[in-house]
Amino acid sequence: MQNENLVQISFFNQLMLVHPRKKQNERSEASVQVSEYFVNAEGTGDKVNLSDLLGTVEKTSGASNKTKKQLRNLQSSKETLELPLNKQQTEKIQRGIAYEKTTAEVSCWKNIILQNQKAEQMVFPLNQESSGPKRVEQVVAGWKVQTPLEQEIFRLLHGSRQPVNDPVLTPVEEQSLKAMSLEEAKIRRAELQKARALQSYYEAKAKREKKIKSKKYHKVQNKAKRKDFLKQFDEMVKTNPEGALEELKKMELSRMEERMSLKHQNSGKWAKSKAIMAKYDDSARKAMQEQLQMNKDLTQKMVVPSDDEHESIEEGLETVPDFVNDPETVIDPVNPWMRGQLTHEEPEVSCVTAEEVQTAEEENEEEEIIGEFERKRKLRQADEEDLIPTEEERKKTQEEDEDEEEDVSEFNTLFRLMRSEKTREGSNQTRGGLNTAGEEDEEGLLSEGQIRVRSIEDLEVLDEVVEPRAIEEPSAPQTAAAEATSEPPHKKKREINLKEVLTKEAKAVRLPFLPTVVDEEERDEQISIIKEAFAGDDVISDFIKDKSRQEAAGRPAVVDLTLPGWGEWGGVGLKPPRWKRKRFRIKTAPPPPRQDQKLPDVIISEKRTASVASHQVSQLPFPFQNTAQFESSIRTPIGSTWNTQTVVKNMTKPKVVTKLGAIIEPMVKEDFIKSKTTAAGGKGAAIMLGENRRAKEGTKRTKILALTELPTA
Amino acid sequence: EASDFCLYWKWRHLYVPRNYDPTLHPFEVPREYTRALNATKLERVFAKPFVASLDGHRDGISCITKHAKSLSTIISGACDGEVKVWNLPRQECLRTVQAHEGFVRGICSRFCGTSFFTVGDDKTIKQWNWEAPGYGVREEPINTILGKAVFTGIDHHQREGTFVTCGQTVDIWDEQRSSPIRSFSWGVDSFSCVRYNPVETELLASCASDRSVVLYDTRESAPLRKVIMQLRSNTLCWNPMEAYYFTCANEDYNLYTYDIRHLDVPVTVHMDHVSAVLDVDYSPTGREFVSASFDKTIRIFPKDKGHSREVYHTKRMQHVICVRWSADNKYVLSGSDEMNIRLWKANASEKLGLLSAREKAATHYNKKLIEKFQHHPQVRRIARHRHLPGDILKQKRELREMREAQRRKEQNVRKHSKPGSVPLLTEKEKHVVAVVE
Repeated sequence: MQNENLVQISFFNQLMLVHPRKKQNERSEASVQVSEYFVNAEGTGDKVNLSDLLGTVEKTSGASNKTKKQLRNLQSSKETLELPLNKQQTEKIQRGIAYEKTTAEVSCWKNIILQNQKAEQMVFPLNQESSGPKRVEQVVAGWKVQTPLEQEIFRLLHGSRQPVNDPVLTPVEEQSLKAMSLEEAKIRRAELQKARALQSYYEAKAKREKKIKSKKYHKVQNKAKRKDFLKQFDEMVKTNPEGALEELKKMELSRMEERMSLKHQNSGKWAKSKAIMAKYDDSARKAMQEQLQMNKDLTQKMVVPSDDEHESIEEGLETVPDFVNDPETVIDPVNPWMRGQLTHEEPEVSCVTAEEVQTAEEENEEEEIIGEFERKRKLRQADEEDLIPTEEERKKTQEEDEDEEEDVSEFNTLFRLMRSEKTREGSNQTRGGLNTAGEEDEEGLLSEGQIRVRSIEDLEVLDEVVEPRAIEEPSAPQTAAAEATSEPPHKKKREINLKEVLTKEAKAVRLPFLPTVVDEEERDEQISIIKEAFAGDDVISDFIKDKSRQEAAGRPAVVDLTLPGWGEWGGVGLKPPRWKRKRFRIKTAPPPPRQDQKLPDVIISEKRTASVASHQVSQLPFPFQNTAQFESSIRTPIGSTWNTQTVVKNMTKPKVVTKLGAIIEPMVKEDFIKSKTTAAGGKGAAIMLGENRRAKEGTKRTKILALTELPTA
Repeated sequence: EASDFCLYWKWRHLYVPRNYDPTLHPFEVPREYTRALNATKLERVFAKPFVASLDGHRDGISCITKHAKSLSTIISGACDGEVKVWNLPRQECLRTVQAHEGFVRGICSRFCGTSFFTVGDDKTIKQWNWEAPGYGVREEPINTILGKAVFTGIDHHQREGTFVTCGQTVDIWDEQRSSPIRSFSWGVDSFSCVRYNPVETELLASCASDRSVVLYDTRESAPLRKVIMQLRSNTLCWNPMEAYYFTCANEDYNLYTYDIRHLDVPVTVHMDHVSAVLDVDYSPTGREFVSASFDKTIRIFPKDKGHSREVYHTKRMQHVICVRWSADNKYVLSGSDEMNIRLWKANASEKLGLLSAREKAATHYNKKLIEKFQHHPQVRRIARHRHLPGDILKQKRELREMREAQRRKEQNVRKHSKPGSVPLLTEKEKHVVAVVE
């Protein structure tokens, strides 16, 4: 009996080992052998087997079936336990887990770090509290419940909706006070009933009318409606100009829709069938004409008296191809067709809206003036930029005047095609430029040398030392300043290879003249189109002429300074004496030989001046996507000569501001990252100030009102 | 802002209404360009970074540390075991302590600014009071802990009374105990530097002699991870504003900024030094850091740029061993072999002291102008010009040639081997040998 009891106890001990955390009462009994699990085996050499133990377990009622089953399974299985992992591997696993944990923890800083990197201005030290006494409201508003006692108190207070500050009325009482009186509710209900009845009448009527199948009826109806509308519109113009303008806009929209759609164009199935009948049937002809008339009516432009003059001028100019007036600079790489005025207008519109927002915010008058100036400036600059291209384009227009009879629209489309290709090339170029700019960015290192700079004069000397290199580098053509910036740099450094240039030129020129040996129809078609387009052009002779003209322009002109002396005849067509001609006709020194002197197929422009070139940006800098962006960033002035004080202050504010003599402490985690496990009461400020409370109650009240309305309605 | 408004009303009798019509002020771009060019030139002319030199040590400076609460006080340790406390505005030594026998390897200030710790070659950690003892009282440490091996570095926790030392192991100590509460080792026999993360205060990083940088968490029982590089890192510094970035100064003349979440590739490789980089310290704003090198220069790097924005050197400054950025972001301190501590301005051309509102506005405007026209060749050229002594320049040129030769050789090898067998490695990937979990 005693033996059995002991075994039971030892089994209990073993079970306890499964949960090692539970504190164990150490048993100290006298015996020779002490097992490491504190199990005393009776007698020497006796081992407690699992089977010994299991016998008793089956009998005891206290043990659960589950454990019994597990033990039975254990008894039947013959497999040995796996060896534990060796120390290195366990450590590695531990390290891995710990690392994951820390990285996850550290990652919570990500948002804050990104935010700080993007911030326009950072003021250090962070989280600086203003020294000196605070107002009571500030202290109270920032106060949060922390201790459990406080939390409990606040839960009680907020939960019961008892007034915390001054016990006047509970919210429930206020609600009941705010509810409507009986009479009011009745009146309101009657009103609502009436409105609903009226609505249903109208609905029924509309349904009935809609069901009528007579076309004539609807036609008459529509006509009447339109007449009515026009009358109303005339009145509206007088009484409510804003509303009229809106209506006008709507009409304009419908006009646009009409112009876009194929409706009323005599192109539908019905129209086709009618067209067949038109020969014989008078009514069919009439119907078609009616439709066309409808189209005309709908697409007719609304005449607004104020813009009259403007439009008449435009109409007068309509014969000139419209691309002539387009500004060259605006190039939309995404959609080459949307060039010119449309794309030009968009930014202006955005400007206006931005300004409106600003004016709404603050400093309306001043900002408005500035905005106006900005617009003016843009206009002026656009004018200046247009000056150069217009000269070229004027020539084109002259040429076109000669064959004015030809259809202009076809030429327009062709020209646009060509330009779109150009823009594509341009975009490629800019992409190339970007790549090189990325390489350039790596070159953000200091240029270190042995020259010491002590004064501005030294800097000037530095200029001279480095300048020759700057002159050596540029060798490529540069037609306009705008183009210069967009050109990739490697092109400039590379020497001009005759063969390469020739191949490119040949492709462009020879195609129309090639005998069309290839049988492919598409190609033929294209070639024929191109031929047609350039039917009157002799490209090669044009090129030669152009080159000789440029060469002539580059040649030094003789400066004639001869003047008639005392007692000599003056006037036109006189020949001054020889000695005078010799003395006063000055020949300037010839310029250095042209770069394209020995290249018959190339024109290299000599317009680029070295003195200015050394101050110009030769390639698109890194963060900018295109030249327009970069130019606009340079164009907006930031100085106080052009901007008001506040604007200058905003534009020139430094990125990092530090306080003189203040120690900048590292970030403190508690200040920036709120732990997720804060108590419910700890989320917001515990005490709300009067205004806040009122506002919240206001929202509640409206909700309550809405609720009270429901049953009455 | 309200303050602007008040200012305006206060000075309104001086206010002259202006006409901002652009037709009256033409040529805005050329005029601003000229202003920008002038601003750049003036910036370079006024770039006089050297402020003062503190002399008094009788051996090379081995470490410098800032006072936690006072901007004007620093401590420096020398190679002869001497520790000096300096007053910066007065540029004088306040106190001299013979702290150790042999080198003073590391100094750190307690976060509250009441005491500081030093470790030295004599295997001791000593805690000293910031207050000097009274007249006639012997200079004695508050506590002395005798360790088993030489300590090579020490750093204090940001807010608690624990500190960490490194030597043969990385040990974490409680100030109240004389034996470490935990020590980490991971198959390495010595560490050269250990630093607490100032933001995530339980994180640690150390540089080991097996060319690795090891990360620890004091709450874990084992180190977290280590990254092995091609050459040894001398010191490292955590970014005080961005918790997961640290920068280590390497023997291979470069500095590497790592994100501890992605140790396999450094975020940025900062190269410009021409000799081993010995020390690095972040600016308290976390935007820049300063590095000291064996090539007798100190350089200032923006934290995300590969090249330095500034290089400081003087004729007399020898190998720079330690460098610190002052807590107000205005100055940089460097300690070098020839027994001097030098004080530099962090922004070379900055005017020190209080500025009037107009002066401030002018400097802001000039800075913005330089930034706006930074891509223009003349502005860029002038802004980037720095003087360097001849021998460093020569070394730089040599180094460039060597790199070029290496690159060429690599190219040739790639050309003459099976395609794909010699992979193209970026500069960032080249320097990491392995990341050990």
